[in-house]
Amino acid sequence: MNEKRQHFDEMLLDGDGVRQPYGAYQEWFFNEDPTRLTKKSKEAEAFFRRTGITFNVYGQEEAQERLIPFDLIPRIISNREWTRLSKGIEQRVRAINAFLHDIYHRQEILRAGVVPPHLIAQNEAFLPQMIGMSPPGGVYTHIVGTDIVRTGEDEFFVLEDNARTPSGVSYMLENRETMLQMFPELFSQNKVQPVSDYPKNLRRSLAACAPAGCNGKPTVAVLTPGIHNSAYFEHSFLADQMGVELVEGHDLRVVDGRIAMRTTQGYQNIDVLYRRVDDDFLDPLNFNPDSMLGVPGIMDVYRAGGITIANAPGTGISDDKAIYSYMPEIVEFYTGEKAILKNVQTWRCSEPEALQYVLDNLSELVVKEVHGSGGYGMLVGPAASKKEIASFAAKLKKNPANYIAQPTLSLSTVPIFVKKGLSPRHVDLRPFVLVSPKEVKITPGGLTRVALKAGSLVVNSSQGGGTKDTWVLED
Amino acid sequence: MLGKTAGGLYWMSRFLERAENTARLVEAGFRIALTRSSDSASEWKSVVTTAGVRNGYMEKYDSFTGPTVIDYLLRDPANPSSVMSVIENARMNARLVRTVLTTEVWEAVNEDWMTLKEALRRPIRETELPGILGTIRQQSALVRGAMHGTMMRNDIFDFAQIGTALERADNTARIIDVKYYTLLPSASFVGSPLDNVQWETILRSVSAHRSFRWLNQDDMTSSNIADFLILDSRFPRSLSFCSRNLDENLGFLAKDYGVRMPCNDLVERQRDKLRAHTIGSIFDEGLHQFISAFIRDNNAIGMQIEQDYRFNG
Repeated sequence: MNEKRQHFDEMLLDGDGVRQPYGAYQEWFFNEDPTRLTKKSKEAEAFFRRTGITFNVYGQEEAQERLIPFDLIPRIISNREWTRLSKGIEQRVRAINAFLHDIYHRQEILRAGVVPPHLIAQNEAFLPQMIGMSPPGGVYTHIVGTDIVRTGEDEFFVLEDNARTPSGVSYMLENRETMLQMFPELFSQNKVQPVSDYPKNLRRSLAACAPAGCNGKPTVAVLTPGIHNSAYFEHSFLADQMGVELVEGHDLRVVDGRIAMRTTQGYQNIDVLYRRVDDDFLDPLNFNPDSMLGVPGIMDVYRAGGITIANAPGTGISDDKAIYSYMPEIVEFYTGEKAILKNVQTWRCSEPEALQYVLDNLSELVVKEVHGSGGYGMLVGPAASKKEIASFAAKLKKNPANYIAQPTLSLSTVPIFVKKGLSPRHVDLRPFVLVSPKEVKITPGGLTRVALKAGSLVVNSSQGGGTKDTWVLED
Repeated sequence: MLGKTAGGLYWMSRFLERAENTARLVEAGFRIALTRSSDSASEWKSVVTTAGVRNGYMEKYDSFTGPTVIDYLLRDPANPSSVMSVIENARMNARLVRTVLTTEVWEAVNEDWMTLKEALRRPIRETELPGILGTIRQQSALVRGAMHGTMMRNDIFDFAQIGTALERADNTARIIDVKYYTLLPSASFVGSPLDNVQWETILRSVSAHRSFRWLNQDDMTSSNIADFLILDSRFPRSLSFCSRNLDENLGFLAKDYGVRMPCNDLVERQRDKLRAHTIGSIFDEGLHQFISAFIRDNNAIGMQIEQDYRFNG
């Protein structure tokens, strides 16, 4: 590691020493016996396996349940950094809720010419069923997982807003539990802000969005596509931690204008449904008629105010990567303030000039599908072969509006623990945001995803990424 | 509780119980094969029959030998009742109902699955068999211990207990059913070495050989054995014990929910019937008919429970 680093490392300084938030940690680390740490690392893996903290990978029959590798070096964020980040995230999330309300009502932002109408009208994620409908409490995005990347000391960018159904929060919680068990001493040496209130806050936040007609304590439930879904562990974990039922579509039906779940003692009404099922599968009567995962008629109950669906159907439109490119304008339009967090520069391939630029510079750009997620179907130019670039260019020319391109960011690195000690790897950060009518609450920390392959920029767990515990220090 | 969750608990427990019972059957068969090799083929055949998988087995094999039966019953994924298959199913149901299990129970089930997956990865050599059977028993004991030591005594526990009791009653009844003729007090057999082998297998299949001997010393007669397995409510695998357990747990549910269900009546009738009988009257009525009727009633109770508590809609 003698060569000068090209990327900003959040722990190690270019010369000797570490950045300030890592001060106490470094002292501990360099006094640790590496063999003990190796052993601890194996223990952590065994722990995850035994407790069944796994995710399923589609199309891999053999290894149906896989572990997300856990790295024991924490990612540490100072309070000052966090304060700025969380302000920026809150501003952005408020703007997104205002945006969603607007496009499903008066569409002022389109009339003002800030966002081109075709991006909304021709967007699959735009649900006509939501036009004129106001969700209970006015909240569209009850849970958001904003993806943040960093390129320098003060350079933070929002990479994706994930206002639809962000996952990963269970890893944030379990990673912390694991660290507390393995290295309790670290938590007396460092003042780390707790994350364990998340499930309680989630339940409160959801309950605060109950329909107006709900008397008494609202009944909350988590809707999962089922045991074979890649995030099933998380669904059951969250239901468990909140102390609510985990339901599937076939447990539910419409009873007297309400959504009710089949219990051993008959049908019981649900007030708030935290659904981890995509819009399209939510209601076979209103959306995809072949869906077995949803509840026939739930949209009608929803529109009549009989249930709260979190997140609201139709929020996916704000995850569209073409809409993303307008986010700075969207923030300014609804909040009257400049966006605190930057957007990554984005070329919309639907625009001929941008397309030409992108085609000319494919080997340096990252190209993504506008509706894509999970790291599937994207091109990372600098890492791609000539052949891959050529075939991607053909796809791009065929359907330019389906793509956006971004510069290859020099993502910050945080070291991971390897046999020889520390080795830098690229990371991103997904803090989790809860929105209720009264407040926006952001859990200090979030999920740090780390690319385990040296030099790789792809951190997605479906593509072999790992995770780290994320610390936000108190002052 | 969701109906689906109740069903998941019930099936999780049934599958766990089945894994243990199958291992016990193999253990008894293996023992006979070692000590009375001349009878081993017919013994393995009745093991397969008792496990209720004879048709599936015959599709795959032509004869009943130790290695093929052991493989089929312990690790064959094509056999839905093989230990590995039922442990997979038990774990799948545990995942389904994970929110109502304590961490200890979930981890015990998960560990059971991981351990057996490893132990049953390759075909089993004779030398390894006792160790593997021991592991299966031990893992089941860990799950049961976690259930009893950490779960609240509420409807969650009741549904799990109900599944165990039903599966266990079915297993004991099927063991008697397959070998009922060896238990008939027919003069030509009494005291013959053949009888002793058969009787010992029956007792070993339900881990009753030691308790039976302790109770009866040398007095090993078919009527004593049948009495023990059917009517002795001290023995935790007897029909009478299972039936009482089922009745009690369904009773807890009825009390808890404040509603008596049709399944309560069915199990009460079954229990009354067992109470009204002596082993003599059972033999008078016909052991075979009695056991067949029990198996039918037991299945009917299971189906009634599924319906009463809305497992499937």
